[in-house]
Amino acid sequence: MLETSVAEAARLIAAGEISEAEYAEAWLGAAAGDELNAYLWRAEELAPGSGGPLGGVPVAVKDIFCTGGVPTTAGSRILEGYVPPYTSTPVRRLAEAGATLLGKTNMDEFAMGSSNENSGYGDVLNPWDRGRVPGGSSGGSAAAVAGGLAPCAIGTDTGGSIRQPAALCGIVGLKPTYGAISRYGIIAFASSLDQCGPLSRDVTDAALLLSAMQGRDPCDSTSVGIADGIVAPSREDLRGLRFGVPRELASDGVESGVRRVFDRTLERIGALGGEISEIALPHAEHGISAYYVLAPAEASANLARYDGVRYGMRGAGEDLVSMYEDTRAAGFGDEVKRRIMLGTYALSSGYYEAYYGRAQRVRTKIAEDFSRAFAELDFVVTPTSPSVAFELGAKTDDPLAMYLNDFFTVPMSLAGIPAISIPAGLAAPDEGGPELPVGFQLTAPAFAEQKLLEAAFALEREIGFPGRPAG
Amino acid sequence: MSPPAETGALEAVIGLEIHVQLSTRTKMFCGCELSFGDEPNVHTCPVCLAHPGVLPVTNRTAVAYALRIAAALGCEVAPRSIFHRKNYFYPDNPKAYQISQYDVPLARGGELGGVRIHRVHLEEDAAKMVHLGESGRIHGSGASLVDFNRAGTPLVEIVTEPDLRSAARVREWAALLRNTIRALGVSDVNMEEGSLRCDANVSVRPAGLEELGTKTELKNMNSFRFLERGVEAELERQRELIAAGQAVTQETLHFHPDDGSLTPLRSKEEAHDYRYLPEPDLVPLAPTEEMLREARESLPELPAARAERYREMGLTEELAALLVGDPATADYFEAVATATQAEPRVAANWVTGELAAALREQGMGEPAAKGPEPAALASLIDLVAAKRISHGAGKTVLATMLREGGDPGDIVEREGLAQISDTGTLEAAVEAAIAADPAAADQIRSGNMKAIGALVGAVMKQTGGRADGGEVTRLLRERLGPG
Repeated sequence: MLETSVAEAARLIAAGEISEAEYAEAWLGAAAGDELNAYLWRAEELAPGSGGPLGGVPVAVKDIFCTGGVPTTAGSRILEGYVPPYTSTPVRRLAEAGATLLGKTNMDEFAMGSSNENSGYGDVLNPWDRGRVPGGSSGGSAAAVAGGLAPCAIGTDTGGSIRQPAALCGIVGLKPTYGAISRYGIIAFASSLDQCGPLSRDVTDAALLLSAMQGRDPCDSTSVGIADGIVAPSREDLRGLRFGVPRELASDGVESGVRRVFDRTLERIGALGGEISEIALPHAEHGISAYYVLAPAEASANLARYDGVRYGMRGAGEDLVSMYEDTRAAGFGDEVKRRIMLGTYALSSGYYEAYYGRAQRVRTKIAEDFSRAFAELDFVVTPTSPSVAFELGAKTDDPLAMYLNDFFTVPMSLAGIPAISIPAGLAAPDEGGPELPVGFQLTAPAFAEQKLLEAAFALEREIGFPGRPAG
Repeated sequence: MSPPAETGALEAVIGLEIHVQLSTRTKMFCGCELSFGDEPNVHTCPVCLAHPGVLPVTNRTAVAYALRIAAALGCEVAPRSIFHRKNYFYPDNPKAYQISQYDVPLARGGELGGVRIHRVHLEEDAAKMVHLGESGRIHGSGASLVDFNRAGTPLVEIVTEPDLRSAARVREWAALLRNTIRALGVSDVNMEEGSLRCDANVSVRPAGLEELGTKTELKNMNSFRFLERGVEAELERQRELIAAGQAVTQETLHFHPDDGSLTPLRSKEEAHDYRYLPEPDLVPLAPTEEMLREARESLPELPAARAERYREMGLTEELAALLVGDPATADYFEAVATATQAEPRVAANWVTGELAAALREQGMGEPAAKGPEPAALASLIDLVAAKRISHGAGKTVLATMLREGGDPGDIVEREGLAQISDTGTLEAAVEAAIAADPAAADQIRSGNMKAIGALVGAVMKQTGGRADGGEVTRLLRERLGPG
């Protein structure tokens, strides 16, 4: 029962062929065996769903989504004990589709991180090798799905935080077009970049979750939805489709194992009838620099509300300023503080044009690069991550090295276009070690999620990734 | 007051920064209802309390109201304006940023009553802080409470050019602005309740010079009287500083209503860096042609134009200004003026004079709301104008109308208040009065007209107050006048 995909399980439950209650019990039991620190909160029981496309399916939800009556921390001590008085729109829509809340998953604090080593509640472990990171910031969601602790999960992706952990854990992760899914109720990190998306075992499940969540929300002025909706993908080959490999993103920093799997996947695309060419995205290599100005700048404003006045942790201080300082000093972790300071600096008087203004212009350039590419291509493809899962602690002393994990994923976030990571094979790290999952990233023009899912579906079948870590 | 000769004549240069609370049903960025004076923290929601994960959504009525204000002030509306986050930490600012507009505001330019408008923009109001302590101010208080009912109320900020030249003119212009906005129906614009707030930027410079002097910002003047007093006090302070050879420091000053003093709030060194950031959660405002047309067409006759029309109808400037200060009263006056045969000036005097006084006496309220039907008042005015009743009797009838209602003609008959104008009757009464008071009669014959009052009084007494006083006086003069 735990082996079936979500789409299949939903079908079987709707047809009465498996019991919804038994399915729920099975997953509650599985989640209770969490040794990866994937969960921050787990349901004790699951009320029967109301039927619908996800009827009876339990979903693990990254702790960045506000869930009414259920603790929500964003992986931070500053929200320890906080129970939201309302539920985020994506979670509400999943419930309306019949899904139930299995648990809230661990994450890098306020979504800032690429390894889930920045959580205020401890590291999450990669089910493929517990000495290694699962990726971040949706590390808990990825580890839960890959580790058999949840049938599927949702997370958020600001610069790669769904795709990169999906790649490191050998599962599917999708970041939709900015505006496809409402952000209402998602604890904000970088407002112009945050997007919610599914983490799942296969592309069909990702499509099912996306279909349930997408749509314009009156509570989110930046939401638009996907005009024609989403249906289950069924494409069998890639004939007539054109794939571009950006020459600027062929950096030295990619592990040889990752490159090998990437090249092998390009061969598979060819075998399925796809056309591959090299393309230019001249400004994409500046994506990290632009991202690490824009995102912290927006975050410095978004995280200013955590001040101890109305909810969450309140520091001891004797007067107002001391209370603010004690609260935020004690409540925020180092990476969060780092980014708030970076962002505050970038917005400060006299520096706005040099940093934020310039980063916005680079962003526009990157978006234009993609538009030009998509005039001649259907998809741009890259490795999702420059490396396979690295060891816990390997990069924590070097924030800049950590930021480079997002090298391939950040440009799509800046351009607001949809991108998916699918597991493409296994490879050992350059320095030696076990075989670990490698992710392959496809990206398409804005609101072309259906096309993206179709191509990913065909490729996934061809790859035939074994899927589960041993044991 | 004349400054010392060495400094030359210093002219006042004043600009105003006005915040208008819009009377929309809900807040600027969430669905909480607006309120005033309710229990604290009952009109709140996750959005205006800045809970994690919430997002603002722009109130479309607030935008429509702001466009109406921009139209009334003759501003140019930006085809596309954006919101900005204005970042600062304070408990009355729940998100730690206020959503406002920065370098691309809703509207620019415009003019009202000879003062140029610099810009008009939309923003949200802060929460209300209550400082516990003797003075109610933050200094010396041990704790503060925050009421978020007000947080998120839509505000329109209007900034003028520094075109005002005296404290008196500031007060006068602020009143014109208040009346203009009130006529639009977009705000209560009540300074005492905080739905209209005026801060002043004050500086002085040698008369004739183009360059501006250092300005100070004055805050906390919550009535027109305080606004004038505060500006006047600051002008005097600056003039004295300059006369003493000192420079004016750029600072923000807090006005104290109890003694009219001004104390510094914060100096330039402590000025905030707001780290303005374009608001990523909101899409730009791009008013459509339809919205702009609706704003223009929704404009009623504005106070300046209305006052001019009243002056052309024969009202004095003071009376016209008084009436346009309250659109409901002005409407009432016009209804009365239309219905009566008398001059509009007479109707205006009755509405703002006799009627207002009578209502006050009976503790009843405003003419438009509590006065008699305009046609009834008009009919009363006609009776007095036609001398069917005396002016005094008219006031009596009015009081009765307020107490019990009724038609003025009926009341006159019922109470027997009809004025005696019949010459025969009057002549007889006059003769009787003369006979009864020969001393007064002699005084009048010898040219002392003051004594006429006594004889008129006697006639009035004899006729139960119903004689036509003017006619009686005329008859007495005729009868007793010299030659």
